[in-house]
Amino acid sequence: MAKIILNDQIDSDIYYLKIAGKYKGSVGQFYMLRGWNSYHPVLGRPFSIFDLDNKSISFIYKTVGEGSNLLSKLKENDNIELFGPYGRGFPQAKGKVALIGGGMGLASLYFTARELKVQSSIEMVHIYLGFKERAILVDLFEKVSHKLIIDIGGFISQKVNINSYDYIFACGPEDMMKAIVRQKRSEKTKIFISLERRMGCGLGACLSCSCKTREGNKLTCKDGPVFPGEDICFE
Amino acid sequence: MLQVLFGKIIFKNPVIAASGTFGTGFEQHFDLSQIGGICTKGLTLCHRTGNKGIRIWETASGIMNSIGLENKGIDLFIKQDLPMLKKIRDEGVRIIINISGSTMAEYVELAALLSEEEADMIELNISCPNVKEGGMLFGITSSTARELVRQVRSVNKLPLIVKLSPNADDIVKIAQCCEEEGADGLSLVNTFKAMAIDIKRRMPVFDNIYAGLSGPAIKPIALRMVHEVCQKVKIPVMGIGGICNGRDALEFIMVGATCIQVGTANFINPNSCLQIITEIDNFLRTEGIPSLDEIRGII
Ligand SMILES: Cc1cc2nc3c(=O)[nH]c(=O)nc-3n(C[C@H](O)[C@H](O)[C@H](O)COP(=O)(O)OP(=O)(O)OC[C@H]3O[C@@H](n4cnc5c(N)ncnc54)[C@H](O)[C@@H]3O)c2cc1C
Ligand SMILES: Cc1cc2nc3c(=O)[nH]c(=O)nc-3n(C[C@H](O)[C@H](O)[C@H](O)COP(=O)(O)O)c2cc1C
Repeated sequence: MAKIILNDQIDSDIYYLKIAGKYKGSVGQFYMLRGWNSYHPVLGRPFSIFDLDNKSISFIYKTVGEGSNLLSKLKENDNIELFGPYGRGFPQAKGKVALIGGGMGLASLYFTARELKVQSSIEMVHIYLGFKERAILVDLFEKVSHKLIIDIGGFISQKVNINSYDYIFACGPEDMMKAIVRQKRSEKTKIFISLERRMGCGLGACLSCSCKTREGNKLTCKDGPVFPGEDICFE
Repeated sequence: MLQVLFGKIIFKNPVIAASGTFGTGFEQHFDLSQIGGICTKGLTLCHRTGNKGIRIWETASGIMNSIGLENKGIDLFIKQDLPMLKKIRDEGVRIIINISGSTMAEYVELAALLSEEEADMIELNISCPNVKEGGMLFGITSSTARELVRQVRSVNKLPLIVKLSPNADDIVKIAQCCEEEGADGLSLVNTFKAMAIDIKRRMPVFDNIYAGLSGPAIKPIALRMVHEVCQKVKIPVMGIGGICNGRDALEFIMVGATCIQVGTANFINPNSCLQIITEIDNFLRTEGIPSLDEIRGII
């Protein structure tokens, strides 16, 4: 059990949740959050690490259904259970890096950018964020990038010259990630995408989140959520 | 204090992680050597990619799954997974290999292939509701269950437990048939055949229409079934169904179960098995009960 520091509404259906404690985690990993003691819902829900420091861990989430709506009711000092860090996140990168987020996909990119920006092997970190209606968290993302490009209502993948980067890290709707992988022409560009699948346990036991890859079925929770873009067989 | 004897096999405690709900990854959360046993994910002769579409769905106090026995097949299992399991076994954790087949011949072949392997038990899954062929079909009527147990028994020397389906025509009768054919024990129950509808799409949620229900929602029915079976057989029983805490586990032991298996609770909290062991231990201490034998089957 952990204590909530704050659970602020930052847009009509988006919340910023901060939990007290020293937690582990590397970029692109996630935790299973369970903000209820009852068995309704039964399972926790996966959320990417948005940020991490010595005293707290935070998440950004959108209310879409039962679990996230219950989370949104929690207040400062309430208890919450979290299990993790789970999954394989983004790999080491070097040179020019572009992070591309669509919708809530941005959640896993802030911590990633913050960590990348201080590494000496990184020349530049460009962040591309696509939103449907309104941009959020722009100030925060500006601080952790050399350039921030925002798109509202269009296709963010069209604003990126994929082949001009050494590394692309993307998280968002599957169509967006598919479009990014299709644009790849240069051998030097390495694309890593973070997949979202309905998960049960988060740590590789239930096999409900398996995804099709070129090497057969893999588990999004344990082998991923981050995979080399070319490996995924998009539906 | 928590040690139990299941047939001829000693378990350091009665808590076993149920098939399909536990795997590598848990070692990051606790010392696996603490649990009584591990039951592996359903193994088939050839590798299976599992079912398409939605595979897991939640309902009040329960989950439905339609995984469809995704697994790597016996050859890779023996090569890749068994060596890892043997390490845990060396620390005193019992390893139970859960097997499933589409035909009787497949079950027999699997059992024969595993006969010489270093494991503690074979669990015959005749109760999976999520595959079209085989699986639960063998666990619905007592004549097919009887024939299957007889054939598997003849090719495998390892202790054999049969995992019964709550969807059986008459679970007590099937249990008795398994006992007569030489099963060393029984485990019950597997998931309940169930259904959910996506009202917006006006379609069943699952591509296979039906899926298996597990979790706290099934506990009272599973408990009743374990009680009924324990009254009628002499071989030991592993109780399964919605066990989430020490109290749930003790209920199953009081109706006659020797061991218990924990399934869905592992998804709710990966430490569930360990917490259940501690809670059973605490109960025995505070009530001054020296061993589980004293309370087993008292109801
Ligand atoms: C690795 C990973 C990291 C994630 N990180 C974040 C994050 O940082 N912020 C965030 O807002 N969301 C994130 N998500 C998505 C988040 O897990 C789901 O929005 C959440 O589980 C929905 O739970 P619910 O109980 O509110 O919805 P439910 O009541 O379970 O479902 C409501 C609707 O959401 C859909 N849905 C449910 N689960 C998923 C899922 N896993 N993927 C796609 N659709 C789903 C259902 O089909 C349904 O239509 C992440 C998902 C994964 C797999
Ligand atoms: C995701 C999932 C996968 C399962 N896979 C198997 C399996 O491969 N073989 C098997 O015998 N039982 C399987 N089961 C059934 C469980 O082992 C157990 O019998 C059932 O879930 C009831 O227990 P519970 O309520 O504690 O979960 C599975 C259950 C779940 C939830």
